[in-house]
Amino acid sequence: MKHITLLAASFSTALATATFAQEVTPADVVFSEYGAVEASLTGVAGNAENGASLFQNRKLGNCLACHVNSDMSDQGFHGEVGPPLDGVGANWSEAELRGILINSKNTFDGTIMPAFFVETAGVRTLDKFAGKTILAAQDVEDILAYLLTLTE
Amino acid sequence: MKKITTLCAAISALALSTGFAIAEADAPVLSIDGVVIATRAPAPEYLDIDEVISGWVFRTVETQALQMDDFDNPGMIFVDQALDDWNEVNGSEGKSCASCHTGGPEEFAGLRTVLPRWNEDAGAVWTMEDYINNSLVEHMGAEPWKVGKAQMNAMVALISLQSRGMPMNVAIDGPAAETWALGEEIYFTRVGQLDMACANCHIDNYGVMIRADHLSQGQSNGFPAYRLKNAKLNGIQSRFSGCMKNIRATPYAVGGPEFTALELYVASRGNGLSVEGPSVRN
Repeated sequence: MKHITLLAASFSTALATATFAQEVTPADVVFSEYGAVEASLTGVAGNAENGASLFQNRKLGNCLACHVNSDMSDQGFHGEVGPPLDGVGANWSEAELRGILINSKNTFDGTIMPAFFVETAGVRTLDKFAGKTILAAQDVEDILAYLLTLTE
Repeated sequence: MKKITTLCAAISALALSTGFAIAEADAPVLSIDGVVIATRAPAPEYLDIDEVISGWVFRTVETQALQMDDFDNPGMIFVDQALDDWNEVNGSEGKSCASCHTGGPEEFAGLRTVLPRWNEDAGAVWTMEDYINNSLVEHMGAEPWKVGKAQMNAMVALISLQSRGMPMNVAIDGPAAETWALGEEIYFTRVGQLDMACANCHIDNYGVMIRADHLSQGQSNGFPAYRLKNAKLNGIQSRFSGCMKNIRATPYAVGGPEFTALELYVASRGNGLSVEGPSVRN
């Protein structure tokens, strides 16, 4: 049995590596004491350009709904619920920002900000969203890559 | 930790700079055909805020203007339709509303200010919709109207209009206390994939922009509300439903006990504000 298990394990790893690098599931995310997450969720470098698109997508990141971002001054109506994100890439570390994107409640207790990559987000969730994360693992890495470009 | 403190300070500073000081300084007054509407009032003592503010204050000058003259208020078209329903015979008893309420809708001046309220006979808190349906079924032998639909919203608007300018004054104690407490619990419970409670936006963040939308206190004194968004009258419980879907939560049933409890709680958060009925919102 042990051999078969090992074989199966290495086979699925190989399969995962072949298509895309091994993704961390929401349950396996490791947070530091203040909510930072050191390890990439996917092992694939984030795409800042796609991250910028997710940032303003109302159905996905929708970050602009609550945050001012001078880098997107071409877009009207930046939200004011959260702090402006100008310079966020210089003021915060990659691990801190990743942790805030995944589940900001570990960094800011009781914050209104949704947790974008958690297993069970909220109670009474609409059926079509139940059991799903708001963002996919690579989406988080892409938005993170974009945030790290906001250094001024 | 230092960063967290700095960020929190930034958030507070932002809230102050974009908050209500600006709107208050040049606050316009809502007066409709000589009836002055209290769009701001001292908060009831059971609330965690100092002042209660009508949603009208948070709207643009253009939207505000639509409510300052009944000829410009598109919601009044539906009030006229409700007046037709008021006079139309409906049901097995051969009666209209007017058959019994010979004083006209004016008989109900003041009613809107105290609803929802405890109904001793029913042993439950009733909304205006509950009273209308009870009259349709029990007195007229007619079919009940669907809560949240056009015909019902229009009749609620017609009856609410009779209380225009009067302060909201729902009871939260006595037999209504249990329902009020349920409504309060729902108001503060975070739900949905976005994991937000009514309080997160309407207490913690009123006065700031969420993208293009100016967050209000979520007051119900203006309902039914004519929304520019859908060009019709909207009942308060349908609005709750829309809000919950926005945060990706499963809404409670419109006309059901949970939303009626929430309606009572939200109404109590606006005690002191004038009935506007029907209001204009975006």
